[in-house]
Amino acid sequence: MVREDLGLTGSKKGCGIGDCGACTMLVNGVATFSCMMLAIQADGCVVETVESLAENGKLNKLQQSFVDLGAIQCGYCTPGMLMTATELLRRNPHPSEKEIRLALSGNLCRCTGYQKIVDAIKAVAGE
Amino acid sequence: MSKNNSYKILNTRLPRVDAIDKVTGKAIYTDDMSFPGMLYGAILHSPLAHARILNIDTSRAERLPGVKAVVTYKEAGTQPYGVSPARYDETIFCHDKVRYIGDEIAAVAAVDKDTALEAVSFIKVDFEELPVLLDGRHAMDEGQPQLHDMYKNNICARVNWNFGDIEKGRKESHIIRTDHITSKMQDAAFMEPQSVVAEVDSHGNLTMWSSTQAPHYIQRTLAMALNMPLHKVRVIKPAVGGGFGPKASCSTVELATCLLALKTGKPVKTTLDREQVFLHSRARHQFFHTMTTGVKKDGTLSFLEHHCILDGGAYASFGIATVYYAGSLLGGPYRLKNMKYDGYRVVTNKPACGAQRGHGAVIARAAFEVQLDRIAEELGMDPIELRLKNVMEAGETTCNELFVSSFGMKEALEAVRDSAAWKKKRSLAGKTRGTGKGIGAACGFFVSGAGYPIYRSKTYHCTVVTKVDEVGGGVTVSSGAADIGQGSDTVLAMITAEELGLPLDDVRVVSGDSNLSVDLGAYSSRTTLMTGHACKDAARDIKRQILEVIGGKLNIPPEKLDLKDGRVVGIDKDIDFSALREEYLQEHKGFMDLPEGPQLTFREASRIAFLEIGSVVGTGSYRPPKLGGSFKGATVGTSPAFGCSAQVAEVSVDLETGEVTVDNITGAHDCGFAINRTQVEGQMQGSMMMGMGEALMEQIIYNDKGRIMNANLAEYKIPTSLDVPHLDAIIVESNEPHGPYGAKEVGEGAIMPVIPSILNAIYDATGVRIDELPVTPERIIEALKKKRENK
Repeated sequence: MVREDLGLTGSKKGCGIGDCGACTMLVNGVATFSCMMLAIQADGCVVETVESLAENGKLNKLQQSFVDLGAIQCGYCTPGMLMTATELLRRNPHPSEKEIRLALSGNLCRCTGYQKIVDAIKAVAGE
Repeated sequence: MSKNNSYKILNTRLPRVDAIDKVTGKAIYTDDMSFPGMLYGAILHSPLAHARILNIDTSRAERLPGVKAVVTYKEAGTQPYGVSPARYDETIFCHDKVRYIGDEIAAVAAVDKDTALEAVSFIKVDFEELPVLLDGRHAMDEGQPQLHDMYKNNICARVNWNFGDIEKGRKESHIIRTDHITSKMQDAAFMEPQSVVAEVDSHGNLTMWSSTQAPHYIQRTLAMALNMPLHKVRVIKPAVGGGFGPKASCSTVELATCLLALKTGKPVKTTLDREQVFLHSRARHQFFHTMTTGVKKDGTLSFLEHHCILDGGAYASFGIATVYYAGSLLGGPYRLKNMKYDGYRVVTNKPACGAQRGHGAVIARAAFEVQLDRIAEELGMDPIELRLKNVMEAGETTCNELFVSSFGMKEALEAVRDSAAWKKKRSLAGKTRGTGKGIGAACGFFVSGAGYPIYRSKTYHCTVVTKVDEVGGGVTVSSGAADIGQGSDTVLAMITAEELGLPLDDVRVVSGDSNLSVDLGAYSSRTTLMTGHACKDAARDIKRQILEVIGGKLNIPPEKLDLKDGRVVGIDKDIDFSALREEYLQEHKGFMDLPEGPQLTFREASRIAFLEIGSVVGTGSYRPPKLGGSFKGATVGTSPAFGCSAQVAEVSVDLETGEVTVDNITGAHDCGFAINRTQVEGQMQGSMMMGMGEALMEQIIYNDKGRIMNANLAEYKIPTSLDVPHLDAIIVESNEPHGPYGAKEVGEGAIMPVIPSILNAIYDATGVRIDELPVTPERIIEALKKKRENK
């Protein structure tokens, strides 16, 4: 629904069965694997995708930190990582490295070794 | 290490050129594309691992409303194709036999995905089941099922090499030991499943968008297998969500989708689901290594005798190169005068294996580095000291004729030794061995671009065409190079910006399109060195043309001018550019953003150059010189340069449960010169994680019928953010003479020491050696139990 009917292709499909986290969106503020959710289940909910993060063409702090610190390689996991990190930082603005790693543990990345993703979130959290 | 040179752009940490698109969701991957009237493709896979096809009945599928085409070998033909011309053993669809569960039999195009999948389920195939061959170790034995007529005794390729004098080496040895290591087939587990869109225009030109690593080779294979002229086939690579090797070979999904587009006249999209990614595989082979190594009393290596069987699944794919690489890349990084290698790449009824990061050499490297550790223990030597004693230096040639023109191996080893406080931690080894805490080290060696193309040809390996905007100001770099996430577009942009003295934002890179230029693609860690050369030459070509025009107009020799910080500057003295500025201003009446300041801007200079000579286009081409020896298979393993790396891993092992925690990884890699420091670290850290997964958790599990039992990312485990420790990446720069600005590879070499350093650390922690990868908790407990029983 989101990718094909709404044309918001930022959220990615990596597995379709809730294993990889590439499709993570926020549903009423909660990080959710959208591949495991029917559109009708989100009826009346606030759904946020990666497309919603930048405002007026300006990257938010988290996006900018991902860009600046090289938290991106192939970019396929990036939208899901950003949404999971967004939820974490709203819930806990100053997470420890352990809390960051725990929050990201449902989002697989095969390129970065997670190091620069963790660094990028830490840089925002440390502000 | 920090930046210590006069470059403005190179060797910095500038963000990737595609970073903003990737954090906003704007980057377009193949499955994100759609066209009006687009159809959806689906593939019928074999449910059996080995069977004769008696009949295929597609009539019910064809009758299903919404189905626009059903294709089998009858429509596709049976033109053999593959990766290596000497081993073309695949056809678009199976026609006589199926050879693994997943082998492709037919494809359907329909108005939507559900209809296409339903139609696939309606295709009826009659099979005669054949005996199944699953165990690669016994594939060559008498009486085994035979997969292909062209591979007698299921041997797809064999290598028998003998360099130096093994017997002499044996006589000189103080210690000789033989060890075995086996691994399992592994999956590359890139995040983006393969996806393809194909379209045919009204002139009969076929365009295919695909998540590929090698548009050039795919273009050739499509043209060959579909019987079309090469110039009528165009392959475009949109953003790619990781490749790591398997996306370098042409796949049935690519061929079938093109065939469906040709047949229906409509755009067709086919995207694999995750299970199909596992079935298609073309990832890591299964290796059975036996190594016998001899050393002198002082630790000097005297010989290596190496035997390996590679289980490659049902088809050759990249496997010929794999079996050669498994032997050739043990020629370095140590001085080894005598080396014998017997490699056998066999076929079995499992998904075909191909190239994966560290092609062919990863498990061989693990086996050898573990054996070196065992030898060090027998000698009573520190394992890092043993390695330092044997490492090669720049200017040396290996026994299999690989010339090493730059080599920071010693520096890398010393860097990880010191950074990880090796001496202090290791000094406890005698006391702590087997107590659950361990530390291990290893080295690695890898090509920086394959010395020869896959097909025999004098072709340039890459060309780059850079064009200056006729309006002045910006430049566009056009290249067939494939950025699959590793960041090659950023490297090309940085090189161009550096040469032309421009900010990165004024350089646009368009790439990954077979119509733009020749580029062999993203494999064998070749792009930075090879395409980097071509890109540098193209930029210098432009610079020369612009400065010739400006110099000519001002009567100044062009070599007295330079491009810096977006301006033309005089090298010896300030120059009066006012006449040229006047010419530019005359053309731009009414514009607000006009150039000022004493120096001529690049915008003015490039516009004036256009007014004088027309479009300013620079080109660059690169191919390596003749490399390597003249023995059979000498081309595989050759490269203009070689990367090397070292790593120290620290682990904790729970001796009750066998669970391994990797506490720290410290790696150092010699990349010659880091074009982008952040990206070099990123490649190293990604390699560390992938190697860690391969060492500890990743294995494809088959049942006795040849079916994969864990074809998903929950049961095929790859490391998560919780599994991976802090990854410390140290960049070593040895200034490679054959690389642009001294640069060479990092993408694959950095994985080489990962597995063995972890294995050596596990031994230190447990006192037991595990010779079967991955080292799962079960295997550790089993080994500990055996050790206790033997006491």
